[in-house]
Amino acid sequence: MEKEEKVPLKKILLICSKASIEDVYAALVMGNGAVMEGIETKLFFTFFGLDAITKKTMNKLHTATTGNPGMRMPGGLPFPTMLGGLPGVEAGVSAMMRSQMEKLDIPPTDEFLELITAGGGEIYACKLAMDMFKLTLDDLHEEVKDVITVGDLYEMCDGPGTQIVFT
Amino acid sequence: MAVKTLAGVSIDLNDEGYMTDAGQWTKEVAAAIATEEGIELTDKHYELIDFIRNKVASGDTLTIRGIGKSGVVNAKEFYQLFPGAPLKKATKISGVPKPTSCI
Repeated sequence: MEKEEKVPLKKILLICSKASIEDVYAALVMGNGAVMEGIETKLFFTFFGLDAITKKTMNKLHTATTGNPGMRMPGGLPFPTMLGGLPGVEAGVSAMMRSQMEKLDIPPTDEFLELITAGGGEIYACKLAMDMFKLTLDDLHEEVKDVITVGDLYEMCDGPGTQIVFT
Repeated sequence: MAVKTLAGVSIDLNDEGYMTDAGQWTKEVAAAIATEEGIELTDKHYELIDFIRNKVASGDTLTIRGIGKSGVVNAKEFYQLFPGAPLKKATKISGVPKPTSCI
C-alpha cells in the first residue's frame, strides 16, 4: 500500500454571508485562530455578512430571538418565540450576548478585524453584494483590504494545502 | 516526555516541546529554546516573556488580545517578535504550558 503524505493546512479562506453574531463570530474566531497558527488567512464577507465589516453596523450585530431553536432564557428555561418577537427583545438579548462575550475576552467586531490583520490576515468584501446594498469602500472598516469579485477570490485560493470554509 | 540538554542544563519537556518543570527555566534556557524556533531574543522579547510568566503565575488565561493590551507590545509587534504562531512559540520559550485559549 502506498503511504499517503499529509499536507498541512497552509491557507484558508473563510466566507461569511450572514449578519448574526454567531455566524460572524464563527468566521472571526476561526480566522483569528488560523492567523495564530501561522496559516495564511483570508476572510470574505458577502450578502448580509457585510454588516460585520460595515462601520455603521459592525459593533451592533444581533442574534435572532425568533426562529432560533437554540435560544434559552437565562437559567436554561425555554424562550417563547412570541416573546422573541416583542419590540426591543432581540436588541436586549443581543446586547447581553455581546457583553457575555466581552467577559470571555472575545473582542468586539472592529477590534477582532484589527487582531486578524495585525497577524497578516486579509479581509475582503464581495463586489456584487456591495453593489446590491449600495455600499462603497468608504462605508467599510479600514481593515478591509479590497472589494473583489468571485473570480479574484478563486485566484487567491491557489496552492496545495488550501481550504475554503463557508460559515 | 523527554529530557533534553539546553544551555548546559537538562530540561524536562513534554511531547510538544513545552517545559514541564517551571523551576528549570532560566533566561539562558529561553534563549536556547528560541534558537531552536529560529528566534534571537532581544530585550523586548525578555520583557514580554516576563509579562507572560507573571500572567501565567497569577492564573490568568493568555490571549493575543491580552498580550496586545499588555503595554509591552501591541498585537502586530507580538506577531513580529514571534513570527508564525506567536502564542505557541512565546509560551514555549517562556517555559509555561501551552495556552488553551481559542483567541
